[in-house]
Amino acid sequence: MAVQPQTNQAVTTGTEYIVRCKDVVKEYMMGTQVVRALNGVTLDIVRGEYLSIMGPSGSGKSTLFNMIGGLDKPTSGSVFINDVDMAQLDAQELAFLRCRTIGYIFQTFNLIPVMTALENVMLPMIFGGLSTDEAIDRGIELLKLVGLGERLHHKPSELSGGQQQRVAIARALANNPQIILADEPTGNLDLRTGKEIIELLRQLNKEQGVTIISATHDLKMVDVSDRIVWIRDGRIDRVEERAAVEVRVGDVEGTPG
Amino acid sequence: MRKDGRQVERLQLPFRVAFHISMQSVRIRFWRSVITAAGTVLGIAFLVSVLTAMMIQRNSGAVTDPSERYRMTWLVIMSLLVCLVGITNAMLMSVTERYKEIGTMKCLGAYDIFIVELFFIESALVGFIASVIGWFLGVFAVVLIKLFSEGFKVFGWISPGEVLLYLIYSIVIGTLLSVIATIIPAQVAARMPAAAALRVEV
Repeated sequence: MAVQPQTNQAVTTGTEYIVRCKDVVKEYMMGTQVVRALNGVTLDIVRGEYLSIMGPSGSGKSTLFNMIGGLDKPTSGSVFINDVDMAQLDAQELAFLRCRTIGYIFQTFNLIPVMTALENVMLPMIFGGLSTDEAIDRGIELLKLVGLGERLHHKPSELSGGQQQRVAIARALANNPQIILADEPTGNLDLRTGKEIIELLRQLNKEQGVTIISATHDLKMVDVSDRIVWIRDGRIDRVEERAAVEVRVGDVEGTPG
Repeated sequence: MRKDGRQVERLQLPFRVAFHISMQSVRIRFWRSVITAAGTVLGIAFLVSVLTAMMIQRNSGAVTDPSERYRMTWLVIMSLLVCLVGITNAMLMSVTERYKEIGTMKCLGAYDIFIVELFFIESALVGFIASVIGWFLGVFAVVLIKLFSEGFKVFGWISPGEVLLYLIYSIVIGTLLSVIATIIPAQVAARMPAAAALRVEV
């Protein structure tokens, strides 16, 4: 068991994995019945890639996403982030990881309603120990980066969905995370705004080198993803590389396999 | 990060920031705060009205029945306990309403204790304001009633120093009551998993 990750790395020399899932199984108790949401998922995510996890609802997509994001622990198997086994972390270390290593983006934006756009972006930096002045400077800089330099002091209720999601993206970037986890980031947005958000994420992925992992069933994501992982019935159905997807899109019939 | 010893940096929530968040939370969720405050206002108003009535009676020279005193103490304690349960209930509602916000804070790195802190500051704030209002209502009500039954000589039976002392009692008891009532709701909030942030209401 312990040897396998090493062989895995040896095969693909030069590739650095930021997240590695190994035989991840997750079972839930539903009443007296055991439901197996994930049934042995092994997945390595390369540093700097834009990965989309796709699948119908109930496929285990969200469960896998939660495992990768340190929001839930597997029943068996293990998840490594930066070669650290998540199961070994205590509550405080997990909080630290969520604060500094991972940035979260949600379907429902999840801005803290009682705080302004700028205060929302500042919060993770304050948690991380930055002084208020430093946090203000960086917060303004980030909000400008996502195109909201004019709306620093607006409350979430005074912003449109697309604007709220931009604030959320700025907040996710606050502590220079290595990974951004986006859960259906376009799920509550109209087509055009959704496209803009996807383009913004892609741009950040390219310019800042941040790894983006997104759970989605928005097919617009397919165009920008480096890889798409299809989940079905708690297993990885197939993994598509960007190049292969483009071929498939071009060729209507496609080639079997 | 962790291989060479456990050098995990501590995350922090400065009191100033926590106070600001709690204050905004009370302000923006005004009606929810009013419901929570109502318990404290009523409890403190009752306590102060009993104290004020006893003071007026004493100063008027009327003979007081010692058993009356015990009965009133018992009543006041019971009413404060009922208020405690009321505040707890209102706060629990407030926690379940805010699951997404709490989960999000945890995703941003908040420790459980940060969440507890936010709820305690919030309830202390509400408790403080409610106590002052309750004190005022209690004194006002008794003085008004006595004014009708006894006339203007009532004002001679009021010792301002003592009434002000009741304000201090009220603030201490009311704030404490509010914070104690929040212990269970704050624990429920702190135990909310970070994954709660991802829940989508259909």
